[in-house]
Order: sequence, then structure tokens, then C-alpha cells
Amino acid sequence: MTHLHLAVALDGAGWHPAAWRDPSVRPGGLFGARHWTGLAAEAERGLLDFLTIEDAFGLQSSRPGEPDDRTDQVRGRLDAVLLAARIAPATSHIGLVPTAGTTHNEPFHVAIGIASLDYASHGRAGWRPQVAARAADAAHFGRRVLPPLDALRGPRGRELVAELFGEAADAVEVVRRLWDSWEDDAEIRDAATGRFLDRDKLHYIDFEGPHFSVRGPSITPRPPQGQPLVAALAHDVVPYEFAARGADVVFITPHSRADAVTVVAQVREAERTVGRTGEPLKVFADLVVFADAAPGAAAARKARLDDLDGAVLVSDADIFTGTPEELADLLLDWRQAGLDGFRLRPGVLPADLVTISRDLVPILQRREAFRTVYDTSTLRGHLGLARPVNRYSAAR
Amino acid sequence: MPVKQIHLAAHFPGVNNTTVWSDPRSASQIDFASFEHLARTAERGKFDFFFLAEGLRLRELKGRIHDLDVAGRPESLTVLSALAAVTTRLGLAATVNSTFNEPYDVARRLATLDHLSEGRAAWNVVTSYDAFTGENFRRGGFLDEADRYTRAAEFLHTARELWDSWADEDVLADAEAGEFVRPGAGAFAHHGREFDITGRFTTPRGPQGHPVIIQAGDSDEGREFAAADADVIFSRHGTLDEGRAFYKDVKSRLARYGRRPDELKILPAVTYVLGDTDEDAAERALEIRRAQVSPQNAIAYLEGFWGRDLSAYDPDGPLPDVEPDLGEGVSKGRAQFRGDRGEVVRRWRALAAERGLSIRELVVEATGRQTFIGTPRTVADRIDEFVQTDAADGFIFVPHLTPGGLDDLVDHVVPLLQEKGVFRTDYSGPTLRDHLGLTAPRVRRAPEEAAS
Ligand SMILES: Cc1cc2nc3c(=O)[nH]c(=O)nc-3n(C[C@H](O)[C@H](O)[C@H](O)COP(=O)(O)O)c2cc1C
Repeated sequence: MTHLHLAVALDGAGWHPAAWRDPSVRPGGLFGARHWTGLAAEAERGLLDFLTIEDAFGLQSSRPGEPDDRTDQVRGRLDAVLLAARIAPATSHIGLVPTAGTTHNEPFHVAIGIASLDYASHGRAGWRPQVAARAADAAHFGRRVLPPLDALRGPRGRELVAELFGEAADAVEVVRRLWDSWEDDAEIRDAATGRFLDRDKLHYIDFEGPHFSVRGPSITPRPPQGQPLVAALAHDVVPYEFAARGADVVFITPHSRADAVTVVAQVREAERTVGRTGEPLKVFADLVVFADAAPGAAAARKARLDDLDGAVLVSDADIFTGTPEELADLLLDWRQAGLDGFRLRPGVLPADLVTISRDLVPILQRREAFRTVYDTSTLRGHLGLARPVNRYSAAR
Repeated sequence: MPVKQIHLAAHFPGVNNTTVWSDPRSASQIDFASFEHLARTAERGKFDFFFLAEGLRLRELKGRIHDLDVAGRPESLTVLSALAAVTTRLGLAATVNSTFNEPYDVARRLATLDHLSEGRAAWNVVTSYDAFTGENFRRGGFLDEADRYTRAAEFLHTARELWDSWADEDVLADAEAGEFVRPGAGAFAHHGREFDITGRFTTPRGPQGHPVIIQAGDSDEGREFAAADADVIFSRHGTLDEGRAFYKDVKSRLARYGRRPDELKILPAVTYVLGDTDEDAAERALEIRRAQVSPQNAIAYLEGFWGRDLSAYDPDGPLPDVEPDLGEGVSKGRAQFRGDRGEVVRRWRALAAERGLSIRELVVEATGRQTFIGTPRTVADRIDEFVQTDAADGFIFVPHLTPGGLDDLVDHVVPLLQEKGVFRTDYSGPTLRDHLGLTAPRVRRAPEEAAS
């Protein structure tokens, strides 16, 4: 049986908004390096393929699309790319996939940031491009006005969503061209001619689009993986097509095995629609995870957190509560829908991550469904993706 | 007068012809190991900080990518964040442009670095505004030269408002009480000419409150900006006389802003060469100069001033007889020379004629020798003299080799400075503000106001 791929999604004290109040959490440390390097070490101990780090240009909120005034949940976050860079020297194998936006960010800055992360991690960098649709976040930049999220439902809303994802696709294209804008052997250090560079191996990318144009080349040489991994979260056809155009991995949010079958089919359809060539998307299902060895314990723990928060947890992804055995059963069942792997969102950090790395992973290993050592050293390697040929050398 | 304590910083060898890439000891300009080596060396030497420059477009000469000097570098804040994992006390300074960025993003990235390094972040605010660099960005080249500091000053003030939008005590993390943050933490509103933004800042106040602010402009506006707003000036005035004049000029501007002279540290960029004897060092210095100015580089350098193609000239022959083209120029993406190029060319012709210099010899001569040349003792004494006589408060050392270029400075000169009692033998505090003797920035806003 081919192995499952497993990733963990890191965010604050975990994915339950009351997770920071769990007795196992030290909530004062959420903005310190130690919290994050500890989580990364735990995920690496579990031999996970990669970790992702959430981010946004706005505070967390209990209300979709707009800020709230709650003070009883975690508010505040650090820049995800820099967090990943801080983790890089403290780990040796696990892939590092921070979120960075496509709506307010400069694609040039994102390209050199992720390339630099790839250097600092010796080929373990990825990027999760994220559209920023919240009006409140746009007001932090003052460059464009976005309507409130409810307005996104009508026809004008669909137009705006299409526009934001179109811009995101352009951003991914620019970033990928910039990564290739130096051929691998562009640095020659040729004493005879006094040249450090072979300028024929550097390329203007000359991207022109409705939202930006970027000349290039990058200021950062081609990163170790050539193209760091691009992974997108998607819940609908427009984002499936966005992922199919530019990503290597797509995170989906099915709520059952049957649902997973449907969504995987939609993803494959999106690939055909956009005319994707090369490797098909690796499809990962997202799951929120509360897992404890004692039957019923995880559900009771989640219920306590729901009480503290004053509401039952809702999520775009399915919410699992149960034992590690049951979780393993579910993963192996759902994967038959055509999934390559899962991105697990621990309800409480580090508690549910510890259960994943120390209980779930050994069960999957016994069932010969998960690696027992890292046998590659790059993130693309973990996912069985080759180092891509440079588009510009290929064109010569 | 008590003796002044010296401040030292390490500049990663960069995209310019100081860096000798042809030396067999010269390693990668991009591998993390090179950054780690230099940072660890600087920390071993108890330096104040490690410094990364920035240039957001590859330089061009005569319409083509400049291929003679080192090129290619990482994104500064990303590398510094990784370096925070392999150092514990060293300050980490990033050059980040105020034209091709937005305050909300830059402020949160710097606050993040400050958190992840436990109070070691610094920001060199630079103002390159050219349309050439702008071609890599959404917003293009939209700034007039005259506006560069208007935007930079408002950018910095806005960043400070964002850092101040969280008070130190705003993260309560009180699980018992169920209170994670104070109400209104991060609320801000800035209405200005360059930025009109409101909302909530994502990132709690960093350990230093504000990162250390560095400024590296040289114009009158640049000096005024530094006097008003910076903690450190990175200057190019590395000779004793120029250094003293610059020092006096800038320090005298501080009173107008209600600041004391020691609230702004002046650190010129300098180079050095050590030898067993002073003569030996002088000989090595000349060798390095010749390695820095390759025959091709000598021609390229002149082309920048002549404003035309000089590739037909022999670098070992006399200066070009053609007249310079004083139009638009042929060099793009490097700090612009704003003086009179015609005047420079006349001066060089006179110098070359008087001393019988070839093109290459002229460039070796004209592009300046290393600041400190001699035995470790000579160099240590000279460094101390510069600082004690107010030509500087310390230096940013630019090595010519990557990554081992400061090894001998740290091994042989730093101990002599320590012996003299003018340089720390260990860090006295955890933050870069501590190293520089800067007080913490004031919180401008009480938490109560934030809620309203
Ligand atoms: C020593 C020194 C180092 C500088 N380093 C950089 C740099 O790394 N990146 C950059 O874009 N500008 C750099 N600059 C340019 C200045 O910061 C400034 O933006 C530019 O010179 C225009 O301002 P001015 O007219 O006041 O000199 C440097 C300037 C000096 C003096």
C-alpha cells in the first residue's frame, strides 16, 4: 500500500477558540519562539510531511468577514513566513508551509521570502497563497475598498470572488516565474572574463496583468527545490480551479467519505477545465482533530471547551473526536475516495499534535500506511515530486 | 571625559565590488551556512548587531544585467528570523525600503522578528524611490525624488502607531478569568497624506517596544530624518576628517527634536586589513584592492561616470580620450551619484596624467583604500581614536570575504579593544536596545484610551 501523507496545521493554541484555556496550554507563550519550535519538533518526531502556519492581515474573529470585540479568545498573530524561518534551523526534515496573502502582498516580496525560507531550510519550503476578502483587512492597507462579506453572495459578489482569485492566480504565476528567473548555473565566477554571472541565464519575467506587472528577474537565486511547494485551501469550484492552475497540493474539506469522492471528482474536473499538465494535484482532506486514548475522553474534552467558549465549535472542515485507533480507521477509509493525505488541525496544541505524532502515527505505521523514517530531505521529495526543470532553460 | 564605549556591527558582504568573489576562500553568497558563519563570528566578538543591505532589482549597466560583481541575495527579514535560531544576543538589522512596502505589513514583520529574537530587531529605513526598481512592484515607480522622505517619515510614524497600538500588558492570557486580551488591543487609525488606514493591528508589542531604527541617507533631508527619528545612522563617512564633520553636523541637529547627543549613534561603514607588520598589511591591502578592481570592473566603473560604452579601451592603458556623455547615464539600480560627473572625469584625468596611472590603477586609487590597515594593535588604536575624537560612535564592518571576512578582526582586534576598556567583554542585557544603550521607547497611549 502506498503511504499516506500527513500534515499538521498550526494556529495559536489550536483550532478550538477556547483551546488556550485548556489546562495543558501555556497561553502566555503563544508569541514566543519556543512554543513554535516545540510544536515543529513534535511534528517532526511524528515524521509528518509538513506543517502549515495560518496567517492573515487582521485579527482572528468569531464573526466571518469582520472583526469582533471578544476578549476571551486568542487574538494576535505573528508573520507566518518569519515564523517558518525561525523554525527552519531548529528542524531538519519537516516541510514548512507558511501562509502569505495574494491580495495585499507584493508577489515579488513573497517570492524572495519563500525562496529565502527554502535556502534556510535546505529545500523544505512551501507557500500557501491566500486570498484576503475581508473588508476590514483591506482597510489596513487603504489601497482598495472591499464590500462586506455578505455582499459576496449576489452576482456582483461572484464577480469579486472571481477577480480576487484571478489576481491570486496571477500572483502565483509571478512567484513561480521569479523562482525560475535564475537558471541553476547562472552563477559562474569566471575569473578569466571577470564575470560572476552568466547573464544569459537570468530572465526577465515580464508579467503583465490587470492588477500588477512585474519585470524581474528575482534578486534571489533559484531556491534549492527549484520550485518550493505551493498548497491551497479550497472549498468551491473557483478555488479548485485556482489550485488546479498553480498549486501542487490542494486542501479540501469533505464531511464524509462520500463527500470526499464528490470533491475529488470536482478537483479533477477543475484540472481538466484549466488544462492542467504535469503532475496532478495532491489532494489532502482537512480534519479538525480531538483525539484521546480513552474512549469518550476526546468528545468530553471538546464539550468542555465548547462550554467555555459558549458555543459548539463550527468549522469548514469535519470535526473528529475519538481515539487514535478510530482516527486511523477514518483516515484509511476516506483515503479510498482518492485522497493522497490529510492535513490535521489539532483542536488543542500541543496536546492533540502529541497524540497524532505518538499514537496515531505508530498505528498507521503498523498498518504499513505511513513512513517509518524520512527517506528524503526536501519537501517535494517527501511528496514524491521531482525537482522541476526550469521553464526558462527548457525554453532555450 | 569618560572614555566612550565602541559599538560594532557586521555587514554581510554584499552586492558591490567590495566583495571579492574570485578568492578561493570566498564561499556562497546565498547558502544559509554563510550567514550563520558571519553571525556567529559577530556574536563571538560581542558585536552589537548583524546587518543586511537590500536592493530590490538587479543592477544594470548599458541596459543589461551587471554581471561582474556579486549578485543575488535573500530576503533580509526571513534570513534574520532564521539567524535568531542560531544566535542568542546579537542584534539583527534588516534594510527595508519605505517606498515599495506598506506600513501594516512591515510593522508586523518587524514586530514578529522582535518577538522571535526576544528583542533583537532593527530596521534600516531606506528610501530608494526609482522607477527602475518600481518595475518589480504593484505600485510601480510612483514617487518623486522630493517625496521620498515625506513618505519615509510618515511610513515610520505609522509603523510606530501600529507598534504602540498594543500596550505591553494587553496580552493577559488569563485562563482562569477567561481573558486573553484587553478590549481594543491593536486598535489604530492613521489619516495622512501617504497612508489612510484604520483597524486592528495583528501583532502584540515586541520585547523592545519598537525595533531599533537605523537610517542610511546622506542628503540634508536624510540627516534631518535621522535626527528626528533614528537610533543609529549608517554613514559612508569613514575617514577621520569627514567622519568628524558628519558627526558634528548630525549631532547638532538633535537638540531641535529634544534629543540628547547619545540618543543617536553614528556608525560609518568601514573596511580593514590586518598584517603581521604595518607594511605587510599595506601590501595585502593593495592586493585586495586589485582583486576588487578587476580589469573588466575598472572599465565598468568608468562607464558609470562617462555615461557611455568604453569596452574598446584597454584597462591597462590610458584613460579614454572620448568626452563623457552627461545625459541620462548607463548605470541603474545602484545608489545614484548625484554630483557633477563631468567634474569627476576632469579630476581623474588630471590625477592620471600627474601620476601616470592606467585605467585600472586610477580606479584602484579613486575608489578609496581600506579604512583601517595595519597590525591588530595599529587597527585597534585607530578605531579607538576615531571614536574617542568623535569621528564615530562605532563602525559597521564590511568584510571583503564571505563568510570568514571578520574572523581575524574578532580574533585579534576585539580582544585589544576589550583590553583598553572601550568595548564590552560580554553583553550586559538581552536586547539590542541594551547593547546600544538606548532607553525603551515610551508607550504613547494608555490602554484605557484604546478601548474607547
Ligand atoms: C552607508 C549607506 C548604505 C546604504 N544601504 C542601502 C541599502 O542597502 N539599500 C538601499 O536601498 N539603499 C541604501 N542606501 C541608500 C540610502 O538609504 C538612501 O535611501 C538613499 O541614499 C537616498 O537618500 P539620500 O538622498 O538621503 O542619500 C544606503 C546609503 C548609505 C549612506
